[in-house]
Amino acid sequence: MVLLAASWSDVAQQVVSGLATGSIYASLALGIVIIYRSTGVINFAQGEMATFSTFIAWWLIEDPNGPEWPFWGAFVVTLVVSFAGGVLVERVLIRPVEGAPVLTIVMITLGLAIALNGLVSWIWGAETRSFPGAFSTRPVHVVSVTFSIQDAGFVAILLAAVACLYVFFRYTKTGLGLRAAAAGREASRLLGVRVGWMLALGWGIAAMLGALSGIMTAPTAFLDPNMMQGVLLYAFAAAVLGGLDSPIGAVVGGLVLGVLLNLLGTYVPHWFGGQMRLVGGLLVIFTVLLVRPQGLFGRVAVRRV
Amino acid sequence: MAALLELEQVSARYGPIRALHDVSFSLEEGSTLALLGANGAGKTTTLRAISNLVRKTGEITFAGNRISHRPAEGIARLGVAHVPQGRGILGELTVEENLRLGAYTRRERSLVSDLEGVYAHFPRLEERLGQPAGTLSGGEQQMLALGRALLQRPRLLMLDEPSLGLAPLVVREIFGVLGRLNREEGLAVLVVEQDATVALRTCAYACVLEVGRVVVSGPSDELREDESVRRAYLGY
Repeated sequence: MVLLAASWSDVAQQVVSGLATGSIYASLALGIVIIYRSTGVINFAQGEMATFSTFIAWWLIEDPNGPEWPFWGAFVVTLVVSFAGGVLVERVLIRPVEGAPVLTIVMITLGLAIALNGLVSWIWGAETRSFPGAFSTRPVHVVSVTFSIQDAGFVAILLAAVACLYVFFRYTKTGLGLRAAAAGREASRLLGVRVGWMLALGWGIAAMLGALSGIMTAPTAFLDPNMMQGVLLYAFAAAVLGGLDSPIGAVVGGLVLGVLLNLLGTYVPHWFGGQMRLVGGLLVIFTVLLVRPQGLFGRVAVRRV
Repeated sequence: MAALLELEQVSARYGPIRALHDVSFSLEEGSTLALLGANGAGKTTTLRAISNLVRKTGEITFAGNRISHRPAEGIARLGVAHVPQGRGILGELTVEENLRLGAYTRRERSLVSDLEGVYAHFPRLEERLGQPAGTLSGGEQQMLALGRALLQRPRLLMLDEPSLGLAPLVVREIFGVLGRLNREEGLAVLVVEQDATVALRTCAYACVLEVGRVVVSGPSDELREDESVRRAYLGY
């Protein structure tokens, strides 16, 4: 057995870098779950929205024709712009088909994905670019595990995002309104909750989470218009693994998937290494849907009749 | 006294089926009105028309505002608390969160004392604050829905079949609270009921619907004496 031959520090190493990649999947998956919970629709444009956001960040930081801002300033502005963009998409594209069959809305998100992909190429060109990382890739040694500051930074960004969302959903009135709108549209409206705006808010938050994952993806790969397509598939896998309607599930699913694929890629390289990594992602989706369709944390309705 | 709620020739349809046919009635400030009728008579649709949850024609005014074209959430914000059929409990949220949603459109400051008021009416809710609302029994859910509606500080409370599926004792408790709220706080109540006996006892006025039309209306005392109403809805 190959695994037995591996030293523990090797395994720990792969786990840590898996958590970093998993953070990217988790934040995109969280965006998918937030939209799914409130509208019952899978947003296939989640990846391309993230790419668009990342290009905005690139323009703000790197583009010689742009303002050439420092990273963190551009980071904050990108999040704000992404939020506004998400809200706008809901208002302009999704709102008019409110109440339409799910398939209609899914087709609209697919169309949006294609349109955004084209728009990115049209505005910024299709060539591959390098994107600055916020964190140094300098290796750090902790006990016998080596990882980069960037790896730790990614996990920290994810955890910070999760903490912010937790406080927002749990302790603010608007957060409660958003959860109510997701739980029962009509009942919430009768309580005075502006459900339409809550849905738009959900899209805004999802777009911000996408921006996070795009900004984390770009420095590890290269920035190009198709950058997030693979990541989107892993994010779907993560969301399905965690249970499509569970935010905690998306986070755990993303991290577990990152670690799992890293371990498989390292120790079973023939099956899951390099380009075959995507197969691992698809296999996870397939297996979960077959064995446990509600995922790890998905809802089994609590109801007493 | 000016009418708090007034419906003028309200009609509504679901596809080709006409659910309401020129329904007109009004409800005075601080008064109570029961909408009676058999299944499919249009009672629920009438409430949904008031909250603008169905397409309709005709004019509806509430407290001097024309509300026919306002969105449901805007009507709620004007002071109409509508407890829909099935109670509208958000089952995955806790009891406390459901109650806090009642006060969603208000400033938090007065919430604590209002909550105590609700616990005074329904002590059982206080014991279950942290529980998912979906795990409550039917009667408890109805109490939660009513408590939550009261936290909206409504001028008009609309209840859709509060007695549905509940034990007679619980029904009496709920109507007892309704009567008390009306007497002590002057809350106007519009209640849809199939159980005409209990509704006529609690409400000052009643309106009988038959296939989408108002067929009889007037003070409950008179309706109780009305031969046709008695035979059709009271069963004696």
